[in-house]
Amino acid sequence: MDRFMEGPETLFRVGGIPITDTVFIGWIVMAFLLGAGFVVARLLKDRPKGMQAYAEIIVNGCKSLVSDTMGSDKLGFFPFIGALVLFIFISNILGVAGVRPPTSDVNITMGMAILTFLMVQYYRAKAKGILGYIKSFGDPIVFLFPLNIISELAAPVSLGMRLFGNILGGSIIVALIYEVIPVAVPIPFHMYFDIFVGAIQTYIFAMLTMVFVKMAME
Amino acid sequence: MDPMLIGIVAVGASGFAVGLAAIGPGIGQGFAAGKAVEALARQPELRSEIISTMLLGQAVAETTGIYGLVMSLVLLGIAQNFL
Repeated sequence: MDRFMEGPETLFRVGGIPITDTVFIGWIVMAFLLGAGFVVARLLKDRPKGMQAYAEIIVNGCKSLVSDTMGSDKLGFFPFIGALVLFIFISNILGVAGVRPPTSDVNITMGMAILTFLMVQYYRAKAKGILGYIKSFGDPIVFLFPLNIISELAAPVSLGMRLFGNILGGSIIVALIYEVIPVAVPIPFHMYFDIFVGAIQTYIFAMLTMVFVKMAME
Repeated sequence: MDPMLIGIVAVGASGFAVGLAAIGPGIGQGFAAGKAVEALARQPELRSEIISTMLLGQAVAETTGIYGLVMSLVLLGIAQNFL
């Protein structure tokens, strides 16, 4: 219980920058994804078998998610969205193993949300031109300029906080149940809070990212 | 002001924050799910589209509840300094 209430623990420091356990586990997840991708890509065969078959299911699933939501002409976003989906999903379900999920650290989720925010701003400026971009904040009246900026900033904050709050809330509830009955009873809660909520929140994060970028490009 | 009192008030406020913030998202998510069931009964062939739209709407409705949860965690963190 205390473990989850006190937030991420500092494992070690690199040049004065504290490296917490969530960041370190995040690195392990990234290394695992990179390694798995590298190994699978080296062993491609015409007839998918074993690992390649699973990898193709995942890749095709992400691809169809992107093409269904953004349109088949915007498949250039597929690598970004696919990486987000894989990283968030694997991070979320790590709670099953008793590890603190990297997505229960607000720094990691807000980092991803800020990435989305910068992407949205870039594609809006690209679609409307610099002048049209500045003008779009004075819509419909010039006096609404500050309100438009606030509403623009609220999107990444809610995006990052939603993932963080859901995963951290789930871990705290599961940790509380462990305090009361540590045997057998937490299993269904693990299934709900780590696997089901983890999958739903992954889907929603990717979906909202795609919707925001698509809206910015119109 | 007594530091102990500040801590107690912060703990109580954290409970109220998450409890009151849970009301709105509960109503909103239930409403979205109910409407989705109605739409499914009318057009069962649009199943996947209706479910994905419902989940998206529920996620947006959930945001205020999550803000309440984050606020209550912040308040608990403050309370730890005083108790």
